[in-house]
Amino acid sequence: MLSFPRSFEFVPGQVIGIAMDPADKPRLYSIASGNCENVVRILYTVKPEGKLTPDLARLHAGDTIYVSEPFGGFVCDEQEAVWIGTGTGIAPFSSMFYSGLAKNKTLIQGNRYASGLYFSEDFEKEMGQRYVPSCTREKVDGIFYGRVLKYLSEKKDLDTSLKYYLCGSAEMVVDVRDLLIERGVPFENVVAEIFF
Amino acid sequence: MEEKREALFGKTLSQLETIVKELELPRFTAAQIADWLYKKDVTSIEEMSNLSKAAREKLTTRFEVGLSDTVKVQTSVDGTKKYLFRARNGKFIETAYMPERNRHTLCVSSQVGCKMGCLFCFTAKQGFQGNLSAGEILNQIRSLPERHQLTNIVYMGMGEPFDNMDGVMQSLEILTANYGFGMSPRRITVSTIGIIPAMKVFLEQSTCHLAVSLHSPFEEERRRLMPIEHVYSLTEVLEAIRSFPLGKQRRISFEYIVFKDLNHSPRHVKELARILNGIRCRINLLRFHPVPGTPLQAPDDATLEEFKTALENKGIVTTIRKSRGQDIYAACGLLSTKEQQVI
Repeated sequence: MLSFPRSFEFVPGQVIGIAMDPADKPRLYSIASGNCENVVRILYTVKPEGKLTPDLARLHAGDTIYVSEPFGGFVCDEQEAVWIGTGTGIAPFSSMFYSGLAKNKTLIQGNRYASGLYFSEDFEKEMGQRYVPSCTREKVDGIFYGRVLKYLSEKKDLDTSLKYYLCGSAEMVVDVRDLLIERGVPFENVVAEIFF
Repeated sequence: MEEKREALFGKTLSQLETIVKELELPRFTAAQIADWLYKKDVTSIEEMSNLSKAAREKLTTRFEVGLSDTVKVQTSVDGTKKYLFRARNGKFIETAYMPERNRHTLCVSSQVGCKMGCLFCFTAKQGFQGNLSAGEILNQIRSLPERHQLTNIVYMGMGEPFDNMDGVMQSLEILTANYGFGMSPRRITVSTIGIIPAMKVFLEQSTCHLAVSLHSPFEEERRRLMPIEHVYSLTEVLEAIRSFPLGKQRRISFEYIVFKDLNHSPRHVKELARILNGIRCRINLLRFHPVPGTPLQAPDDATLEEFKTALENKGIVTTIRKSRGQDIYAACGLLSTKEQQVI
């Protein structure tokens, strides 16, 4: 996780561009922190072949990075809805959560291992039964074993009247969107964010 | 297993100059290699007969030409051919060749799969498996049996070209350079869903045509079809295009897939006329080709014609792009190698 002092306003769900040098092409990351916090937090996974994350992993307190204005329209209102995020795709939802938008939401979080279920303690504490963690590579008590797609496909009482917000890999987003549409959720109620 | 050597095919002249310098070969060797690679159709370093034997041996220690032949071909009743190529990561990509009387177009892929998740696209359903190098993009042209008949290249196959800028820009340089294929940039179109920073670089550094996937003039509606709208809105895409001097030769087109009862109403016509005002462009209408798992449906011929006429009445140059190769899943939005087994 990368954090730095907040110097701008943003809407939970928005992204920022980050670069190590003004001449570099910025990479986009969803903000993971709340819009009233003093710091901005970013989740990232180090990819050895990546153009930015190896450098981010080497940063020390006090080092300089370049950050764009926040932008993007993956935002949600106060209506009841379901959030589905896998891996670092949890970031926009954690931002919404820490901005006070979780009151009538259900959050389904997926990751390979339980150690990568970022912010799960906070989610569980505040959301209780409305928080569903899942892992694909290890069996842990209290955590659904399998993909979020499996969880949803096994869910008998899927509410098709709600809005579903998805963020994660292209494969997860497309598979879950197809499933929701197949189960009767109108496609205009499936709001998808992608990583690229 | 023998380690794969690096491919020379797909290197720019300046990259070849760096290589020959590293190998302590004469500088002019780089131009000779480019000539063999891009003009003389060799398949091995051994065939580069004006290079000294020592130079060829040095090159062979680290490099190979790196071409990859077609693995499979399917032919449509309309003459379209869909070729399957193996990428260097072992995955597969598809390329569609569309012959017509005076125009032979090749639709090349730029990625294995795609990350963009558009609701109407079959490629999206296989997720993303990797970027193609410039060599892998160009190999689709070079290894095509009909390559000598090609008149036009469109980057509209699998993947989002502007999500793979390094591979795409390098391939465009080699396609259009005198040392390379020497093709006119006016014969090449790169299509994007609107990744603005990369689109600006393309507009500045290339003179090839640009096509932008539009599909709805209303941002909320477009957002449901194309998640990219969350990040780069249509308003900003059009603003970026407007701010760039395009010249007389360069063409901007907007690709517009027509979905039954969704995006062809008089309201859409009016809004398209409003947002495209001041941009010298044309709209290419495409009939939606239904893919499994989408709630969207194809319009009938009359709907397409009516929509075209309505747009033309607003002064927008509009064409209906013929559906090609639908029976072999080679038509727009239908390319996918998800189920492809290694042969």
